Amino acid sequence: MALKGNLRDFSITQLLNLVNLACKTGTLVIEGPGDVAQISFREGKLAYAQLGHHDNTLAGILRRNRKISARQYAILQERAQNMGDKELGLLLINAGYLTQTDIIDSLQQYFIAIVRQLFTWVEGFFHFDTNKFSPSDKIPIRMDLENLIIEGSRQLREWEQLQQEIPSLDMSLKFMDRPGTNIRNVNLSVEEWRVVSYVNPKNTMRQIAQTTKLNELEIRRVVYALLQAGLVEIIRPGNAPVAIQPRAFPTTDKKEQKSLVNRIIDRIRAI
Amino acid sequence: MQTVKIVVTGPFSAGKTEFIRSVSEIDVVSTERKISAEAEKIKESTTVAMDFGRITVDAELVLYLFGTPGQRRFDFMWEILSEGMLGFIVMVDSVRPETFREARSILETFRAYAPTPYVVAANKQDLEDAWDLDDMRVALRLDPNVKFLPCVAHDKESVKKVLLELLYTILAEMESGNKA
Ligand SMILES: Nc1nc2c(ncn2[C@@H]2O[C@H](COP(=O)(O)OP(=O)(O)O)[C@@H](O)[C@H]2O)c(=O)[nH]1
Ligand SMILES: [Mg+2]
Repeated sequence: MALKGNLRDFSITQLLNLVNLACKTGTLVIEGPGDVAQISFREGKLAYAQLGHHDNTLAGILRRNRKISARQYAILQERAQNMGDKELGLLLINAGYLTQTDIIDSLQQYFIAIVRQLFTWVEGFFHFDTNKFSPSDKIPIRMDLENLIIEGSRQLREWEQLQQEIPSLDMSLKFMDRPGTNIRNVNLSVEEWRVVSYVNPKNTMRQIAQTTKLNELEIRRVVYALLQAGLVEIIRPGNAPVAIQPRAFPTTDKKEQKSLVNRIIDRIRAI
Repeated sequence: MQTVKIVVTGPFSAGKTEFIRSVSEIDVVSTERKISAEAEKIKESTTVAMDFGRITVDAELVLYLFGTPGQRRFDFMWEILSEGMLGFIVMVDSVRPETFREARSILETFRAYAPTPYVVAANKQDLEDAWDLDDMRVALRLDPNVKFLPCVAHDKESVKKVLLELLYTILAEMESGNKA
């Protein structure tokens, strides 16, 4: 049976677990809200991963891992454009510039980072293509999935908790007016600061997430930290005050409505 | 006949059924019991208990109290039940802090539906292990303006007090709304 579905029903962690236990070979293609990811496996081990159009050439990965400098990267970009990863890797090893371990480690770290990114995707179509393997010019690795699965399960639990704490992103945030707290004295991460800069009753959390390019998990994580620290509170968009729903009463006449509530009050007092 | 409704929500076992039963003039109807008895076949798909109670106010007016099903699986029903409600009550079990997160979550979910007036009840305050209201207020992250009331769901007077406080809140809201 074709292995396909939505991450809402079958999480990345569950998929990894399946691949691991069934020793699957092939490529998992996931279409998330903003990006497409591909993860290839060989006999249940992670072989390769790619996220959207991120530069996943060996040169790009080594550059990100600070194994080569920006200048070296630029040279490779310009002069070794047509060289496949395998060829370039061999060249660097033979030149004694990098070891095989340097290269494999860099690739592993890069692939793990992609899978970690995928743990934050809570929605997206996936399918497992058993006829698709890692591209032949790429250097495949062979990495056990267990540690990633454990990490992913922890994240899943975090996600479930965060969703409970912040069920709706269509609410807004407002700074708590607590005398004595100055947000400037709190150590916030760059991400937290970015969110803080958009805290305003007019902006819903969903809008803040879009503006700051955070996904549903990431925005909740930041907001939760701010909530716990007592810096912000969740309010209705525009700080809309409590109001009676128009359809709560069988009548639109204000006087009748009030009489109705008073009658209920009298009745309940008499129970 | 005119009807108005108030929704009673809160985590599983917080005391919603007990609360409604204390003031309802009819047996608190559990949909689960009713359906499974009549139609064995659909039992599996309707294992959710929903309570509702009734208070006849006078010849023209009836107040319904709707309890929400506890399981998250049925939370779409919350929104359906909340449609056109006068206000809602969140019941929290004062002896089970492990349910406070769920209570917060339910409160936030209801708040997101509509800006309806609500009160929160710290239920089971008769038990020795009940948390203090001040501590619960912080743990539940309640807005200081929201009424937070002690409650014992099988004590009619206590339930009446919670209902009345919600109605006073509604009345006050209508009055301030009128002025604006
Ligand atoms: N001691 C005490 N027990 C209560 C109180 N309210 C409910 N209970 C008990 O708590 C359990 C769960 O109550 P129930 O109304 O079924 O909870 P629901 O799941 O929210 O409808 C029952 O055994 C009730 O008898 C209360 O105020 N005090
Ligand atoms: Mg019940």
